[in-house]
Amino acid sequence: MKEKHEKPLHRYGMVIDLDKCTGCGACVVACAAENNVSVRPDESDKKRFISWMQLYVIKNGKEYPEAEVCYIPRPCMHCEEDGHGNPHPPCVTVCVATATRVDINTGIVSQIPTRCIGCRYCQAACPYHARYFNWWDAYFPKGKGLERYLSPEISVRMRGVVEKCTFCHHRYMRAKRKAQAEGRKEIREDEYIPACAEACPAGAITFGDLNNPKHKVSQLIKSPRAFRLLERLNTKPKVYYLSSKEWVRRMADNYLPEELKPLT
Amino acid sequence: MESALFPEGVTRCSAKKFFLWTLPWLLILAWGGVSAVLCLWKALNQTNMSNIFAFALWIVFDLGLIALGAGAFFTGFLTYIIGKKELRDILNAAVIIGFICYSGAMAILGIDIGQPLRGWFIFWHANIHSMLVEVSFCITCYLIVLSIEFLPIILENRKLEEIKPIRLFGRNLHAIMAVFAATGTFLSFFHQGSLGGMFGVMYARPFAARGGFYIWPWTFFLFILSAIAAGPCFTILIVKIAEKLTKKKLVSDNTVQFLARLSGFLLATYLILKIADTIGWINGEAHRAGLRFMDFYKEGPYGVWLPIAEIGICGILPAIMLLIPKLRKQTKWLIIACLLNCTGIILNRFSFIIVTLAIPVLPFERFWSYLPTWQEWGVALASIAYGVLLFSVAYRYLPVFPKERELNPIS
Repeated sequence: MKEKHEKPLHRYGMVIDLDKCTGCGACVVACAAENNVSVRPDESDKKRFISWMQLYVIKNGKEYPEAEVCYIPRPCMHCEEDGHGNPHPPCVTVCVATATRVDINTGIVSQIPTRCIGCRYCQAACPYHARYFNWWDAYFPKGKGLERYLSPEISVRMRGVVEKCTFCHHRYMRAKRKAQAEGRKEIREDEYIPACAEACPAGAITFGDLNNPKHKVSQLIKSPRAFRLLERLNTKPKVYYLSSKEWVRRMADNYLPEELKPLT
Repeated sequence: MESALFPEGVTRCSAKKFFLWTLPWLLILAWGGVSAVLCLWKALNQTNMSNIFAFALWIVFDLGLIALGAGAFFTGFLTYIIGKKELRDILNAAVIIGFICYSGAMAILGIDIGQPLRGWFIFWHANIHSMLVEVSFCITCYLIVLSIEFLPIILENRKLEEIKPIRLFGRNLHAIMAVFAATGTFLSFFHQGSLGGMFGVMYARPFAARGGFYIWPWTFFLFILSAIAAGPCFTILIVKIAEKLTKKKLVSDNTVQFLARLSGFLLATYLILKIADTIGWINGEAHRAGLRFMDFYKEGPYGVWLPIAEIGICGILPAIMLLIPKLRKQTKWLIIACLLNCTGIILNRFSFIIVTLAIPVLPFERFWSYLPTWQEWGVALASIAYGVLLFSVAYRYLPVFPKERELNPIS
């Protein structure tokens, strides 16, 4: 059943320039620190760790001197559709307890941990692995100072619930409150930026309103270098990537052999 | 003294023998109990589930149990709605098997969710777009219906029947059972279907995604059909095991043959549709996602042997065996056919759950493996042990098989 929904007023999205990304991981650390992401004594269990912004490394598979490496930071894609033309991300449609929603004003896909029952259906539905389950109770090593740096704006998640990137939604709320206090209806482009974009030393991450033609992101997505991950699935992610390398753009999706032309 | 509780005119083994029979199952149940306590106390890190394998062994058991338990609603539907009176011989057994399967699955689900105390949120904060909500509503309601269907069988216990109000209540329940059979059929159709729908609507997971009719993906209809094809076979299998263990004939051949023939017909119909669906999926959803059939079977242990085993060895073969009267009339072939049919449905559910999640969709995502922990096996196997124990106790004290007395006269 196709539902008729109004288009969101704002469509916040992100553009990550892979030509600029050095794979330093500052976005990953900034995201975890900003959002009180729990850690494990041993973080090597990559199947059960939590990293809202995950850093992938891809290689072109060639030998030196043609060998090339590219880093792909992967936040939640904040998809606009479920892949079947319905105006919900794949995770939102399936959630049993309405614990994940799309904000009609921003297009941000939120997560309500206190309502999540931990069935993990959303994880199964997400092809980007952008959703993380709390396999343990929240843990912040005592005596190392980490607990003193917890942000009061974000609740620490309990065990047994799913969490994910929210485009630092609390920062949006903070910017909105500030704008209201100053008698403005709209927030400025530079007032709402997620922690990852702010922390990137190479300036590879740009954030803004895809609906606003004045915002840099809405111009960047028109670049011939722009692409999205798994575009063929038609989930319409609001996270775009830029790369001048064809092999990188090709790695973003699956192709049938007859569709592949030799790399130029 | 215990013999006063046995159904009239039948023999049962000694209490000591019965206790020895239950002992290994009780041990497995205890293993499951320890595992469940650990999972509830220390959280789901006791399992080997992960952010990749969000669904794992427990969900395979859940879906398998629910599919195999379909014999209950289908036999009830045939008996009360279609009027196949000869199925009354096996109906009690089918209801008890159904109750065991559904209550076992619900118990596993209670441990599988990360926040069991919030289970009621499914009903309170229900997302009507979610297939899992439909599953939860229907399974909960159907378990209540199954309990109501099970109740008159319990009330038929010899000692309980001696109490007049209980006897009258039980008989009256029997008289209105058609209403519950119809309700059960309605609920079962929907949750068997929405369990399939759960996977078909994962449109961003090319292995599971399916097109469909209106809001229902093809898996919705295929899951119903496969469940009603395998459910009666599972009931036959349990009856045959019970006959072997008790060394008695419990159900007449006519009844078993009718169910087997029907199963064969349904299985053949299902397979035709399943093969059509697979071809449609290869050229439709998978093709659009840029993937070929073999791309899904190239990593880990999930090779092309899976669909061959599911559709060929555990599908086409048992369908042929069940449709040929000469073969299905031989107990040996009948049991092999039922066993293969049930294995086929488990393989189908396994593929939709495990292979869907195991195959990375992102081309640069690596393949991860999964092996269940002893805690996962404990909880899963406990559902089988619970089933064996409940069925054994029911058989010992209740008239599960109405024809038992007639087929096994005490000389």
